Amino acid sequence: MNYLFDPAHWTGADGIPNLIGEHLVYSLIALAIAAVIAVPLGIYIGVTGKGVFMIAGLANALRALPSVGLLILLVLLISPAFPSKMGYILPSLIVLVLLAVPPILTNTYAGIRAVDAAAVDAAKGMGFRTMKILTDVQLPCSLPLMLSGVRSALLQIISTATIAAYISLGGLGRLLIDGKAQNDYSQMVAGAVLVALLALFFDQLLAFITRRVVSPGLTRLTVKSAAAADTVKIPATV
Amino acid sequence: MNIEWLSRQFDNIVFLLGWHVLLAVTPLVLGLLIALPLGWWAHRSRRIYPLLVGIAGLLYTVPSLALFVLLPLVLGTKILDPLNIVGALTIYTVALLVRVVADALDSVPEDTVQAAKAMGYRAYQSLLKVELPVGVPVISAGLRVAAVSNVSLVSVAALLGIPQLGSLFTQGFQLRFFTPIIAGIILCVVLAMILDGLIILLNRWLTPWTPKVVAS
Repeated sequence: MNYLFDPAHWTGADGIPNLIGEHLVYSLIALAIAAVIAVPLGIYIGVTGKGVFMIAGLANALRALPSVGLLILLVLLISPAFPSKMGYILPSLIVLVLLAVPPILTNTYAGIRAVDAAAVDAAKGMGFRTMKILTDVQLPCSLPLMLSGVRSALLQIISTATIAAYISLGGLGRLLIDGKAQNDYSQMVAGAVLVALLALFFDQLLAFITRRVVSPGLTRLTVKSAAAADTVKIPATV
Repeated sequence: MNIEWLSRQFDNIVFLLGWHVLLAVTPLVLGLLIALPLGWWAHRSRRIYPLLVGIAGLLYTVPSLALFVLLPLVLGTKILDPLNIVGALTIYTVALLVRVVADALDSVPEDTVQAAKAMGYRAYQSLLKVELPVGVPVISAGLRVAAVSNVSLVSVAALLGIPQLGSLFTQGFQLRFFTPIIAGIILCVVLAMILDGLIILLNRWLTPWTPKVVAS
């Protein structure tokens, strides 16, 4: 733990705030790209029912792919073409996006599918057009599942971005990989603790956002599970 | 693909594969054995359920590389000890399966439990001979997810220098050589598919009463 309390490690390009910043920038860029791909696609598949077979197969196949192997394979393929920093940033982002798309896609699809058919019929009966049904009924109703997909995607990204330090991506993984190279266990522990706290913090943040933005009309149905999310709070994350 | 390199490295690859299987399957078995009583406890008590599921969710959010590094502090092991990997993956497996086991037991129809009771089954007999077997399909679905993600997570341990198929990735990176990387990815995926298939077979063998036609 000594590493964390040494002020020298909190400033400069390799300082902890900088590493956290880098970790977040890569993670959020990857999450944004994944959401831009997966949300519209998930809505399309959910509404039209086309391409459902893709969903289950995709999620399972990608879970089996070892992310370390994929990362290293892409670096070797891509880095010769990009001599600069892009040589490892680009493959890292591709892998992060690739891992984040399936949870968002499947949950968006499942969310749209799970919308009460009676609610859609009622909107239709009230004269809502297709687009308005989507934006005012189907999307708000599928929001809880969609956000839970975003939540697991972000965790997956934060975790894999740590691993990407091995192929020289910046971020908190640096402390783990450099600590290993220098045989400095306290540096590794510091990195591990910070990454774990970062993941827990964002998990709780997204849980909080979910509670704020989801319509109260929906949460009333799931009082039990909402209460479950409320009862456990870990002080370390705040 | 350099076939000649592969044939020269054959013994080494089999050695790495063996370790990979051991590091992925041991936590699966341990995790299931720990999750069964915990899941049963969560199923029995409405107050324990949110607590256990909440703790499990928090443990699941800790990134794998971080958990591999932190476990030596808890277990008192060395950083290179394969036990850290087994411990970390057991934690993930338990975290995933506690909720699955509780939900599986919840999914058993009340009529079925009542029928067992009326036939004179004691509580533990009903649990072992009726409720658990009826819950097997749900549990094995969770076990499949755990098995496949364990196989992928084990390879992360290569970054710490613990030998398994992931070592082929780091080796390929250091040598700028594609053959070991591609061989490692293929072996990981095949291993995940074999474990997945074995759990499907085990599920079918344990639940002979379900229709033979599988929908998905």
